Amino acid sequence: MTATSLTTTQGAGRAGDKVFSGAALAAGCLILAVLFGVALFLVVQAIPALTAPSAEIQGGEGFFAYIWPIVIGTLIAAVIALVIATPIAIGVALFISHFAPRGLASGLGYVVDLLAAIPSVIYGAWGAAFLAKEISPAYNWLAANMGWLPIFQGPASATGKTILTAGIVLSVMVLPIITSLSREIFLQTPKLHEEAALALGATRWEMIKMSVLPFARPGIISAVMLGLGRALGETMAVALVLSSGALTASLIQSGNQTIAAEIALNFPEASGLKVSTLIAAGLVLFIITLAVNMIARWIISRHKEFSGAN
Amino acid sequence: MSKRIDVKDLNVYYGDFLAVEDVTINIEAKSVTAFIGPSGCGKSTFLRTLNRMHEVLPGARVEGEVLLDGDNLYGAGVDPVTVRSQIGMVFQRPNPFPTMSIRDNVLAGVKLNNKKISKGEADVLVERSLKGANLWNEVKDRLDKPGSGLSGGQQQRLCIARAIAVEPQVILMDEPCSALDPISTLAIEDLINELKDQYTVVIVTHNMQQAARVSDKTAFFNIAGTGKPGKLIEFGDTHTMFSNPAQKATEDYVSGRFG
Repeated sequence: MTATSLTTTQGAGRAGDKVFSGAALAAGCLILAVLFGVALFLVVQAIPALTAPSAEIQGGEGFFAYIWPIVIGTLIAAVIALVIATPIAIGVALFISHFAPRGLASGLGYVVDLLAAIPSVIYGAWGAAFLAKEISPAYNWLAANMGWLPIFQGPASATGKTILTAGIVLSVMVLPIITSLSREIFLQTPKLHEEAALALGATRWEMIKMSVLPFARPGIISAVMLGLGRALGETMAVALVLSSGALTASLIQSGNQTIAAEIALNFPEASGLKVSTLIAAGLVLFIITLAVNMIARWIISRHKEFSGAN
Repeated sequence: MSKRIDVKDLNVYYGDFLAVEDVTINIEAKSVTAFIGPSGCGKSTFLRTLNRMHEVLPGARVEGEVLLDGDNLYGAGVDPVTVRSQIGMVFQRPNPFPTMSIRDNVLAGVKLNNKKISKGEADVLVERSLKGANLWNEVKDRLDKPGSGLSGGQQQRLCIARAIAVEPQVILMDEPCSALDPISTLAIEDLINELKDQYTVVIVTHNMQQAARVSDKTAFFNIAGTGKPGKLIEFGDTHTMFSNPAQKATEDYVSGRFG
């Protein structure tokens, strides 16, 4: 063995390494380029709307007067969806991962995944044609009995096509995302930690509180944020279900609008400054989604020391 | 607060598979009993039947009796949760709860069994348990730091502190030193010697020197071949088991002429 045998390389292996690292680098750069391109497009196209005189923007009071009600509407719909979907999703995921007998668990997991495969236009049609009609008696009851709360102020919409209905439809759509991600995380809980809790005399629920949920916490937050991303950006279902209008506090009257539905409903017939306004609305949605993801990362990183990763 | 365990004619099954056959053994209170034997001979499985932890695996069941001071652990209406709160367990790999601080780890079991505990009582209990596990001096200044930041040996002693904080009758240890370095192992062995003043200790080990060092009595388990059930071959005073065992198989195993 001489020194030269260490410096001689085997050509084929090195070439493979170079091709692979080049391909990986190119893929990484492509993602950044696409993201940058989209952001650039949004900003450039939005500038006319942001700089135009107030009177020329739809509504006649400038871009911010136009955008803020639909930003609020978007957030209301997304929050309703998450408030309904998160507890149900975590419950279903825990049932599948820790309570159900094995045969039932895999069947149920499959059904939940199937929910995610249904196109959003079908959810929209179901919400508009079926759910809205069936749920309007409940809205009447809410208006009569809980009407003192601003969010349930009457008179309830006769068609049931309200932001609450849209939120419920959205919750059904984000449910499978949160459920299947949470289930995967729950299943990854180390057996050692589960046994540690059980050996101390924990019941099954106490074991879940002591070992499964703390372990899964960052994963649950990520899953909820992915669900939130879908709820914020969902277009078709909201466009079909919601009978849109001005911003209203009551969730059971028609009114409110979301950014995505606003763009979808108005874009086909828009021209000139109107297109620019809608693209600026898209830019706002882009920023909201970005902010949501950054907040989620911050929440997760705050507890890094206790995550068990060390 | 320690009780004896008497096992009568115990068979352990996983589904239809008989894993451990016909074990009868009497484990004295306030003593250390070691289980030795080759891998797969069922000693860990048998240990886990002593606090019903084997039931975590689906299909696991037993026939026979395990008596804790005369009370059958497998009697009708006995809740495995209650059994486990009286018979603590330390595992092969240290498993402190990673999301909890050192202090919360020690209190984890206590909060389950006795939900309300004042801060003063908790402080006393944390100190007493950590001192009992010979860990107090090393961690007293960082009780609020995560338990997963400790070394492997410290983590294992934290797990022992967690187990003794609930004041169990018996402590089961499933190869507690197999993931530790020799110095940490020595610390745990010293601790086992102290624990037997108050607790009944049962330890599974692959290390025969360890069994000889820490235990009063030793049980040798063996298996006739793959797919056959594990059996208790011989049980006696540790000194006798290592110097003058009654069975040839035991002598072969402890002298290293196994196989």
